[in-house]
Amino acid sequence: MASAVFRPLNQEDGMQTRWIDGRRMETVADSFIRPNDRLTSFERLEIYNRVYWFRVLDCLYDDYPGLRAIVGDRKFLALATAYLAKYPSISFTLRNLGSRLEKFLRDEPKWIAPNEQLSLDMARFEWAQISAFDDAALPCLTTDDVLDTPSAKLCVSLQPYLSLLELNYAVDKFLLAVKKREADTLRDEASNTFEAMPKRAKAKQRLHRPKRERVYLVVHRYDNQLYYKRLEREAFSILRGLDRGLTVEKACFAALSKSKGVRKDGARQIQEWFHDWAALGWICRRKK
Amino acid sequence: MPANRFNNFHDYGIGIGLRVPHYRHILGKKPVVDWFEIISENFMVDGGRPLEVLDQILEQYRVVQHGVAMYLGSADRLSREHLKKIKRLVRRTHTPWLSDHLCWGSVDGRYTHDLLPMPYTFAAARATAANIREAMDFLEVPICVENVSSYAEFHASEMTEWEFLSEVVELADCGILLDVNNIYVSSQNHNFNPYDYLNGVPHHRVGQIHIAGHSKFEKYILDTHDHPVLDPVWKMYAHAIKLVGKTATLLEWDDRIPTFDEVHNEALKANKFLESQLQTTPA
Repeated sequence: MASAVFRPLNQEDGMQTRWIDGRRMETVADSFIRPNDRLTSFERLEIYNRVYWFRVLDCLYDDYPGLRAIVGDRKFLALATAYLAKYPSISFTLRNLGSRLEKFLRDEPKWIAPNEQLSLDMARFEWAQISAFDDAALPCLTTDDVLDTPSAKLCVSLQPYLSLLELNYAVDKFLLAVKKREADTLRDEASNTFEAMPKRAKAKQRLHRPKRERVYLVVHRYDNQLYYKRLEREAFSILRGLDRGLTVEKACFAALSKSKGVRKDGARQIQEWFHDWAALGWICRRKK
Repeated sequence: MPANRFNNFHDYGIGIGLRVPHYRHILGKKPVVDWFEIISENFMVDGGRPLEVLDQILEQYRVVQHGVAMYLGSADRLSREHLKKIKRLVRRTHTPWLSDHLCWGSVDGRYTHDLLPMPYTFAAARATAANIREAMDFLEVPICVENVSSYAEFHASEMTEWEFLSEVVELADCGILLDVNNIYVSSQNHNFNPYDYLNGVPHHRVGQIHIAGHSKFEKYILDTHDHPVLDPVWKMYAHAIKLVGKTATLLEWDDRIPTFDEVHNEALKANKFLESQLQTTPA
């Protein structure tokens, strides 16, 4: 039964009429499911097949509005179906349904052509938001934790819910525009005013594809609300160094040595960055 | 049987499911509600807003955990990692009992995220009961298993659904979460008398009751939880209460969720039946 439930639907959103080995699906369903006076075995099994696919596709549809806006609804549906057929859920929660989507898109870029890089950026950004919503938080680093440790030896970690994204497109701004458009559409549909009486459906407001630009983004939460924050390249590099296990000193050195010009107030700048990151609760004790 | 060992001797009244659209109302207005049922899996996360909300709810209300993914009827053994997550939540909520479904939904580590019907065989009953016993031992709280609504029956079945449910709970020595709406939905889909079902289960094992709305389609009924409770289900509920006594009752409303007050008022209609039962019960 499970194999039948997991099989993708046909073009008419119904169960496929042939089994994997070529047998008629009616015969296969008849072999283990009883018909009743209203439904054949095929139709009864089809209810579960359809419910499964509607549920998981709905979930991805809701979790990836940005990717959907880039590739278009129809292509997104095909992409999501192919993804779930290759990577069915291996978690008890639908929250993790998109956990392997980035890998799938990298392996099979045909689903996001011709916007491969933009789509990948968006998929990573949208997964980072899921992670930021309810991944674990560790106790923040306190002054006492670092008091006796010189910076040359000091190692810290970043919060597990925090994602560092080096992006090729401003997908953060693009997603805001997508969500605004969806909210506007919902408002229009919910209106009871005369203006909203039968007339030609409004065309979806066209969104401008984001331009190519390097964006250093942190996706995080504060006070259990989801945020994303753009950083300067050097600040982002320090955080990435810390995340990779470098000491604070090495992370700062590595970041600034790659910088095109060392600012006169570099030390002060780093101090301010760490102050901000500590205030946002991003830095915690090194994971054991 | 208002309080029995299957609900850990807790005499809870009428509760409703805790759902996201009502969070603000509940936390802001603090309405009087006997208890809330939470979907365990929604709070089996490592941090963030879900647990913050849960902790605030726990400060004010009694909470009972209801699971949707233990898959007690799966042929695979129960996932120890999953049980650990549930136990962490049990410690947080202090749920007096917990419930999950008499169904399967995962195979070889792949999840359907659905409550799939089981073949009603003696072998399946034994395997399911073993899973329930293992879960109760590990979690250290009573478990009530819920009958699911279904749309398919198997040639392999050797007994009726209510005989199967009875067999499982007797073998496992666990409780029943009697979902009256699910019985009605399945009775319409499988052409049986729902009152035979109600009469046929071990009433002393019922620790909780579910009521909900459903949707009628041309050839079958779907358990959608997106409507008020329909009359035939209320009639069955009245009959169930006569059989099992005043029992903790919960209204499920999971889709097209109206205002908190609308959901709560619908649930409180159950009071009429619970009170009439009290009047007929000798002191």
